[in-house]
Amino acid sequence: MIVGTQKPIDEIWSMVRDSKRVLVFGCNTCVAICHAGGEKEAETIATLLRMRASQEGKDMEVNYLSVMRHCEPEYFEPVMDEVKTYDLILSTACGVGVNFLADRTGTIPVYPGINTSFYGAVQQPGDFTELCGGCGNCILHLTGGICPIVRCSKSLMNGPCGGTKNGKCEVSDEVDCAWFLIVERMKQLGTLEKLAEVLPPRNWSPSTHGGPRRIVIEHLREIEQQEEKKG
Amino acid sequence: MKCGSNLEKVILSGQPAVTAELGPPMSADPHEVIKKAQILKGFCDAANITDCQTAVVRISSIAAAVLALREGLEPVMQMTCRDRNRIAMQADLLGAAALGLKNCLCLAGDHQKFSAAGRLKGHPGAKNVYDVDTCQLVGILKKMRDEGLQEGGDKLEVAPKYFIGASWTPMGDPLDFRPMNLMKKVNSGADFIQTQGIYDIELFRSQMEKIRNMGLHERTAILGGIIVPKSAMMLKYMDSSVAGVSVPKALIDRMAKAKAAAGEDKKKAKELQEQEGLKITVELIHQVLETPGVKGVHIQAIEWETAIEGIVKAAGLYPRPTFPVE
Repeated sequence: MIVGTQKPIDEIWSMVRDSKRVLVFGCNTCVAICHAGGEKEAETIATLLRMRASQEGKDMEVNYLSVMRHCEPEYFEPVMDEVKTYDLILSTACGVGVNFLADRTGTIPVYPGINTSFYGAVQQPGDFTELCGGCGNCILHLTGGICPIVRCSKSLMNGPCGGTKNGKCEVSDEVDCAWFLIVERMKQLGTLEKLAEVLPPRNWSPSTHGGPRRIVIEHLREIEQQEEKKG
Repeated sequence: MKCGSNLEKVILSGQPAVTAELGPPMSADPHEVIKKAQILKGFCDAANITDCQTAVVRISSIAAAVLALREGLEPVMQMTCRDRNRIAMQADLLGAAALGLKNCLCLAGDHQKFSAAGRLKGHPGAKNVYDVDTCQLVGILKKMRDEGLQEGGDKLEVAPKYFIGASWTPMGDPLDFRPMNLMKKVNSGADFIQTQGIYDIELFRSQMEKIRNMGLHERTAILGGIIVPKSAMMLKYMDSSVAGVSVPKALIDRMAKAKAAAGEDKKKAKELQEQEGLKITVELIHQVLETPGVKGVHIQAIEWETAIEGIVKAAGLYPRPTFPVE
């Protein structure tokens, strides 16, 4: 899932302080699971903003609202008429949601209430770890299911650097060395010899280095277009 | 002969090679590089010019290498994967070759968060690159030199001729992967290897035995790393905090004894520890060179370049071989 963290309230306040009607707009999927931007958090932020407005003598109306997902239009279309009555929308969805909504609100600004951090998993309640970089060219079959792109601080493809100490990364002794984990895992799988192969320089263009990415599934688009014609 | 550098000639001659290290300054003043080059000249076959080591901005490796070359000291330009993508790397490799540089050591580079182990501000918020890793950079140099091709496949009218090096941490975690790690660098095209500092000679020898069994010592020239110890504190720090370095207790005790012999006299304690450090260095050089499969030593006297002359002489490695100019 996408993991995010709430922005500091001072930063949020600096975005909204000059608005009269603010909507804190939550998303109840990924960012709700990581306690950053679901309905509960949207409500809390709205309360904090109202308090701040009253402290600073600002005449500001702050409400909150949430939908299940901000990345597909049908989820927020039913509430768009209401959304468009505000003069600023503070979205607590991930960056995808902020962008997607901003394309649909005309002159009303959509600002981010959270920092979108990474694709991660819930190790234990309240502990989220980055496990995938969304690089567009997965090699987990070559590295024992452990991603060197995002779990190695240097994204090394051919083994550890000289900075591993007691299984930890040179960046911090709280960070596991991904290559230490990869070697241990591949020993366990009996596939260590696979690592002898030198992986050549990577084509990074399927990652964020080839310009904005788009995936179109042609047959689904065709079915959709046929149905639109019928309709 | 792959590039005809002095380092390559010494290695081909079968004599033990000696490399040293020259760290460029955090300054636009060339004189420190020139001074260090004059100190090292004649006492090593080539000197590594570090590439913003510890992730701190310094005179670039290529510029400092050219300054050293002008003084008659053969440089080993270092190139890390941290700061450049493959376009910048290859452009720099062409430029460096055009300026007369012949040796290049490929490294991952210290992470930008390192900032001289926290002693300096550095640039911990910098964006790193790591477009390619060490093995891949070695492969790029080899492809440029041997095939006259850029990584992307475009032709080079004149190929850069480099003696290609890589670093190796024989005693790093995960220990049983380190021989395979070296094999990958050799398979990628590393002509020579400089290792992380060696204090635990027994452990180094057991790793070298694996290397010999794999035949790697015949496919690359391994130069054992020697870090000149200055004090008991430095040895303790390296043992506890430097990745891939373990220091046997006996060596730490020796240094501690030298320090204790000075009593309260701090100046004397420094002197006695430095003397002991030089003795330990010479012993380590002999032990490393006696290890089958080792072709030389890489001596790092960090911010103590003046020590190199005495060390090389005491180790019986002076004078350095010379070759007729072609």
